[in-house]
Amino acid sequence: MLNSSGTTERFAPTLISFAAFRGGGQCPSGGRAGTERQGVYYRQLPPNEPWSEQSPAVRTEVKLNFRFFCLMVALAFAAAGTARAQDANPEDSVVWKKVHASVFGNAPLEAADTVVRLDTPKRAEDAAIVPLAIRAQFPQTRERYIEKIWLIIDNNPSPIAAVFQFTPESGRADIETRIRIEEYTHVRAIALTNDGKLYMAANYVKASGGCSAPAGKDAVAAKASLGKMRLRVNDAVESGRPAVVQLMISHPNASGLAMDQVTRTYATPHFVRRVEVRYGGKLIMSADVDFSISENPNFRFYFVPEGEGELDAKVVDNQDLEFTAHVKLDSARLGLASTPR
Amino acid sequence: MRQCGRLFGALGLCSRGGRACVLACAAIACSQAVTGAPPEIPEFALENPAPGVYVHFGQQAEMTRANFGDVANLGFVVGARCVAVIDTGGTFAVGRALRLAIRHVATVPVCYVINTHVHPDHVFGNAAFADDHPEFIGHARLADALRSRGPNYLNALRRDLGDAAEWSAIVMPTRSVANTEVIDLGGRVLSLHAWPTAHTDSDLTVFDQASKTMWLGDLVFVGHVPVLDGNLRGFLAALNVLRTVHADLAIPGHGRALAWPEAMAPEQRYLNGLLEDVRAAIKAKRTLTETLATVGDARGDWLLFDQFHRRNVTAAYAELEWDD
Repeated sequence: MLNSSGTTERFAPTLISFAAFRGGGQCPSGGRAGTERQGVYYRQLPPNEPWSEQSPAVRTEVKLNFRFFCLMVALAFAAAGTARAQDANPEDSVVWKKVHASVFGNAPLEAADTVVRLDTPKRAEDAAIVPLAIRAQFPQTRERYIEKIWLIIDNNPSPIAAVFQFTPESGRADIETRIRIEEYTHVRAIALTNDGKLYMAANYVKASGGCSAPAGKDAVAAKASLGKMRLRVNDAVESGRPAVVQLMISHPNASGLAMDQVTRTYATPHFVRRVEVRYGGKLIMSADVDFSISENPNFRFYFVPEGEGELDAKVVDNQDLEFTAHVKLDSARLGLASTPR
Repeated sequence: MRQCGRLFGALGLCSRGGRACVLACAAIACSQAVTGAPPEIPEFALENPAPGVYVHFGQQAEMTRANFGDVANLGFVVGARCVAVIDTGGTFAVGRALRLAIRHVATVPVCYVINTHVHPDHVFGNAAFADDHPEFIGHARLADALRSRGPNYLNALRRDLGDAAEWSAIVMPTRSVANTEVIDLGGRVLSLHAWPTAHTDSDLTVFDQASKTMWLGDLVFVGHVPVLDGNLRGFLAALNVLRTVHADLAIPGHGRALAWPEAMAPEQRYLNGLLEDVRAAIKAKRTLTETLATVGDARGDWLLFDQFHRRNVTAAYAELEWDD
């Protein structure tokens, strides 16, 4: 039946018994699987015959058997269990209970509705790049402002993904970034206001399908452009008004959690651990972060340019490499010169 | 099962052979039976489009418990000395079915198991071939990719497929291809080509010189919407090279092959459209989230569009925003 020499004759259909096709194994207690003989039909076509969906050349079929039903029943029960786990209350998360105790000393947390809103997709389509936004519900003023926002991803290897710090000079305590999602998880934004109160917003994010992983797309490329940075201020910028800044950092931001299967050692972690952005020397945003932030970390946030100055971004990674970027804002850019109102 | 049916039939619970009855019987008879032996898939079809070339076309679906992760195209080439397997399926069960199929049509042993890239639907059947002690061959970057992604893939497989994932394992390559290499199956030569980052960073194609069959891995999707998990421009560049290959048969990673190179045309259009749309969004200063909300009149006839298109936009955006 085997023919690898490229001849073109048409083969007679061949019937092979199904029982031999299967491995051993059968259900206990009477349900002998595969006792009916199932046909396996073979037909070999000449190589130049058009090959398409309409002309499957050889087809081997094994019908549903008893053992398969066993499996499906077991799977149905398992699936029901998983579905229940997904509806878990954010308060019941074991990781959260630990973080709540260790980071916040079990301090009471209020609902964040009027303080911050957390925007995440319901499902992490690409586990490596999940867009996330935390949006303040009021502007930063000297009297009332958000000092800190913790970003917590319960089921990531390192749940405290980021701690952002803001000042009245931030204008708005908004932050947009991209995160890795390892598993079905609660994602939380916890805001500390300048009156010492804590507020929490939480979303449940489903993990991606099985063929997406939180690892980067191209580790070699990421390493090659390590430390390249982009710091951009929105075109429409006006003195005294909050303006959008985007900071992009080319960095593998790798966890080092991947084990070498041969040597049983772990890769070296290499990730951005601190970001600081100042305008005219005054802090507008800082972030203590780790590898829960996606490859090539990307942040969008606000600042209020009060007159001419320079925007400085400083990035330090866990190997103490330091990267910087600067943008000058002169009076023309700020519309301070004689622009008619 | 017959006894079971009679019992339930006698009790008036269901007609003999009815679906519910079979399920109930199975639940009783096999409540403790699923551990131990490896899971078996209910159906495995094999086609033989050219002498010595065998293909199993996976379903056009996401990996689920019901389909045992049997969603990618797999196959093998038979030489006088031995067999080379090209991709092994999404679970041990699929790999095992493929191995049993090989035994039916070939008397020579399996000496090579080639993985076209790192994705789980193509590699998790590898473990079923461990007893053959083949050379496991992959792209030079497959080992690193399996190291950084494999544990996640395995967790997700167990999470999503439960018992159907049993016995599935990560098998590292024992031989890597950095550029182009040939392997000899005994009077039959396969050339292997490792690509720069395209669909993933570990894409490998296999060309069977005897039948002029090109195994494309996931560099080409037919029907199933293309998936971008590497580099969009690299993906398009790879297609430009591939279209010059003279092949009588082309086996994509997903879906049915048509004439080559016409089979790649829809994918090429889709990826070019993705490139244009995302570039335009970035130029218009839309954020990633805004872009996800607006991009995409690309649905066409693509299967699994809702599962993968937004993901593709995300990956394309993250790549292209560094351009200007």
